Amino acid sequence: MPLDNNIIAHWKKSEFLLIGGSAGSFKLIFNIVKNFNTDLDKAVIIIIHRKKNFFSEIEKLFAENSRISLKEIRDKEVIHKNTIYIAPANYHTLIEKNGSFGLDVSEAIWYSKPSIDVTFESAAEAFKGRCTAILLSGANQDGAQGLLKLRDNGCLTIAQTPEEAEMPQMPLAAIEIKAAEYILNSEEIFGLLQQ
Amino acid sequence: MNTEQEVLSAQQLDELIDLIKKFHGFDFSCYSKASLKRRVIRIMQNKKQTFYDLKHTLVNNQHFFQEFLDEITVNVTEMFRDPSFYKAINNQVIPYISTYQHIKIWSAGCSSGEEVYSLAILMNETDLRKKSFIYGTDINTEMLKEARKGIYSLKKIKSYAENYQYSGLKGSLTDHFTIMYDAATIHSELKHNTLFSVHNLVSDAIFNEFQLISCRNVFIYFESELQEKILELFYNSLAPLGFLCMGSKETIRSDKFKKKFKVINSKENIYQKIAT
Repeated sequence: MPLDNNIIAHWKKSEFLLIGGSAGSFKLIFNIVKNFNTDLDKAVIIIIHRKKNFFSEIEKLFAENSRISLKEIRDKEVIHKNTIYIAPANYHTLIEKNGSFGLDVSEAIWYSKPSIDVTFESAAEAFKGRCTAILLSGANQDGAQGLLKLRDNGCLTIAQTPEEAEMPQMPLAAIEIKAAEYILNSEEIFGLLQQ
Repeated sequence: MNTEQEVLSAQQLDELIDLIKKFHGFDFSCYSKASLKRRVIRIMQNKKQTFYDLKHTLVNNQHFFQEFLDEITVNVTEMFRDPSFYKAINNQVIPYISTYQHIKIWSAGCSSGEEVYSLAILMNETDLRKKSFIYGTDINTEMLKEARKGIYSLKKIKSYAENYQYSGLKGSLTDHFTIMYDAATIHSELKHNTLFSVHNLVSDAIFNEFQLISCRNVFIYFESELQEKILELFYNSLAPLGFLCMGSKETIRSDKFKKKFKVINSKENIYQKIAT
């Protein structure tokens, strides 16, 4: 699917980029992070499923390879442009209307904490149409409902091409309920984010 | 572009907060809105209630309020949540507080008691049990009943056992429990030096002086102004050079309190009260 002017315009005016990924999404997210330029002018919020008690080196690895500042989200942290935020393990990340993060330790959703749905749904309310959201590879249905809510609120919503995803279930679930306005492969996603 | 009709607007949430304060005496006005709203919507969906149904039930059905409270106050907790925290307490705090004649500990927002018993086990393993006393407080009386029982399902114990393995304590979690059928009961000597009682961080005052206060993953539900107010309460409730433990993603943000506490472990968010 070639990138039309519509998608490019919507991406360009987005102030926030949300990325949700689970099994099979790590490499892709890593490359996305690596390719951001310092003139991005948006806040990036990344939710990756991961296990508690395993001190993954995600933040360190990402930070070392990113040209823009990257941090793990802390409670009540104010969201700034040109910063990449990573959702911490064993918490849900919510977004307050005043543009700060809130955390929550309530029940896992789809066996996941962080849950992509929780962040996407609260972002839909807090940001309305001001964001772009991408749902990548994963082995469950987390993120689909949240992506739908984002779409209903006028956000640009994208699912990774299921045929290309290592684990197609997550993008498929989103496509099934018509939550994704666009279905793009990783090359197209890179292309868009470079615009 | 179709903008979705909200299930519960910000105004409606405020209306509920007002109503709960008037009829039930709980003040949720300084709770973090995104999380609170999500919890309320969850109840409405589970009960298939509209906003008006919910309002009506909250006013007219006293029994329902307890159910409502159980749902909106997040009662998800674990024994030895963040095992590295317990390691840090063992290495950096225990050597210090073990020099006291009596060690008083306050676990604020204790829910079903998992943290209180985790601390009790830690005190036992460091031979401090007999001179320590742990107070667990929460706003939810039903949760406190659960906490007093000290009985947990085997399914839960299994998930807590993994945390225990990473905590650096010897043996296994089940060494501290008596297991019968599908439930595990904490050993009675570990319950001896604990007390569970109602305390609302939003409205209640100091009730004792402590060497250690643990309030982890409770501040995340409060807006910054309320966090400040409770920090004041904790500061005043701590003995000189007492310790304050917060959740690993929580932070003391104001300069006022940054000056009043020394950072003992920045990763685990352990602070020590200093004189000003």
